[in-house]
Amino acid sequence: MWVLSGIGVVVFGFALRFNPLLVVVVAGIATGLAAGFAPAAVVSMLGKAFADNRFIAVAWLVLPVIGLLERGGIRERARTLISRLRGATAGRVLTSYLLLRQTTAALGLVSLGGHVQMVRPLIAPMAEAAAERDGALDDETRNRIRANAAAVDNIGAFFGEDVFIAIGSILLIRGFLGQYGISVTPMHLALWAIPTAILAFAIHASRLWLLDRRLARRKPPA
Amino acid sequence: MIGLEVIYVLAGAMFAAFAISHAFDRANARRWRSALFWGCFAAVMLAGSWLPHLVSGILVIVMALLATMGLKPGRDATTDAAAREVSAGILRNKLFIPALAIPAVTVAGTLLLPHWRIGGVPVVDPKQVTLVSLAAGALIGLGLALHFLRAGLTTAAHEGRRLVDAMSWAAVLPQALAALGGIFAAAGVGKIVASLATDYIPMTHPLIAVVVFTTGMAMFTVIMGNAFAAFPVMAAGIGLPLIVGKFGGDPVVMSALGMLSGFCGTLLTPMAANFNIVPVAILELPDRHAVIKVQAPTAFLLLLCNTVMMALFVFHR
Repeated sequence: MWVLSGIGVVVFGFALRFNPLLVVVVAGIATGLAAGFAPAAVVSMLGKAFADNRFIAVAWLVLPVIGLLERGGIRERARTLISRLRGATAGRVLTSYLLLRQTTAALGLVSLGGHVQMVRPLIAPMAEAAAERDGALDDETRNRIRANAAAVDNIGAFFGEDVFIAIGSILLIRGFLGQYGISVTPMHLALWAIPTAILAFAIHASRLWLLDRRLARRKPPA
Repeated sequence: MIGLEVIYVLAGAMFAAFAISHAFDRANARRWRSALFWGCFAAVMLAGSWLPHLVSGILVIVMALLATMGLKPGRDATTDAAAREVSAGILRNKLFIPALAIPAVTVAGTLLLPHWRIGGVPVVDPKQVTLVSLAAGALIGLGLALHFLRAGLTTAAHEGRRLVDAMSWAAVLPQALAALGGIFAAAGVGKIVASLATDYIPMTHPLIAVVVFTTGMAMFTVIMGNAFAAFPVMAAGIGLPLIVGKFGGDPVVMSALGMLSGFCGTLLTPMAANFNIVPVAILELPDRHAVIKVQAPTAFLLLLCNTVMMALFVFHR
């Protein structure tokens, strides 16, 4: 049971707002010690697991490009384009991106998106610019629109990619069931992801419609 | 053969450039703290394959301590709002070309690179085609951006550092969480959690098994931060023996909707840092849980939908 102490460290550490990086490292060390490994072995485990997961950091290679484009005014340009578009609202901009993200992910194009590449330089400024046409935004409203832009990227990717037959989760399920002698086709698994994909779009698009209504009702800041 | 090691050197060199950019930033009183933090990270990226694991582990601990002491962003060497408006007016839609080149090259590379062979030997490691393509996309995008902006690599390093400073330690958190997942697996945390669920809830009725399975997938994903880690444990503990074995359910429906229930959990947890915490940093939001709060109603409604669908369809074959 002491092995679960790491989960306790994570729950309390995050709840008490300690630095998350520290919380995660302490949780790892606590779990390793509780499982009966020697301190040096635990630190080695941590180092090996961190080095083994370096592929996650490869995504940051886009940072210099996005930084340069921001310097060149990409956010300003995205705003200009949207403010010229008639009928654009924050909710409609985000719903269009949700649809685009979900359908491209369903075709296996999960890399057509992401918070650094798409949301920060393009989608968030576009949604903000659309909302600004009804008047200037206060900080709270601006932050709410930005958080919604990030959420759309996640929801679109998660509930789109599972419809694609060669994605990791489907391969994982096939491999797992195969160990128990159950053979399934990827097509059949992907088929059962479609109802949830449609419901995800319906639910979230409705919530974005509600967001638009709330934004339209807001009083202009004094 | 171009594989992960080449890309790690590339990424390591980039983080080393960020560290150096901090070290020369005399205006920042805490510059050595930031320089050391990104320097440690660059060292693990560059040499993680050769360094003794103990040394990598110590570097990770040093980074966690530096992050706790507090990292300060460096001086902004970037342009102001007025200059950006002018630049946006001149460059216009050309600005989108490098941004769109990244995903375009990534997708094209994923499709084409596996067929690129010289003397029968693949040029790119077939298992790492996606990451190699992403790196190629970033490099081509960088080349285009430097060309359009008439800027040099030093500017690129400063602008990249500006973004990495906005994220600060959050940029490293997903990798640390993945490492924690590895330690959890080695210590057998998953099996204990699954046995807790199966030992204390009487699963005498198929519907109880379905509800425990879908909510269990979501909750376990919240704890582990990853539906992929939750699925094998929950499916082996409840899905296969009870829903499929005892009550005769369809393994395809059980697996597909079970995994999607896990994805609902991913929307709810700070443990899935690259989806829920990193964007908060990237978009410079004051509330660390702002993205999770937006996602929560959708996640709960979808979990309900998945549970109802599984209850309706898993037992009909």
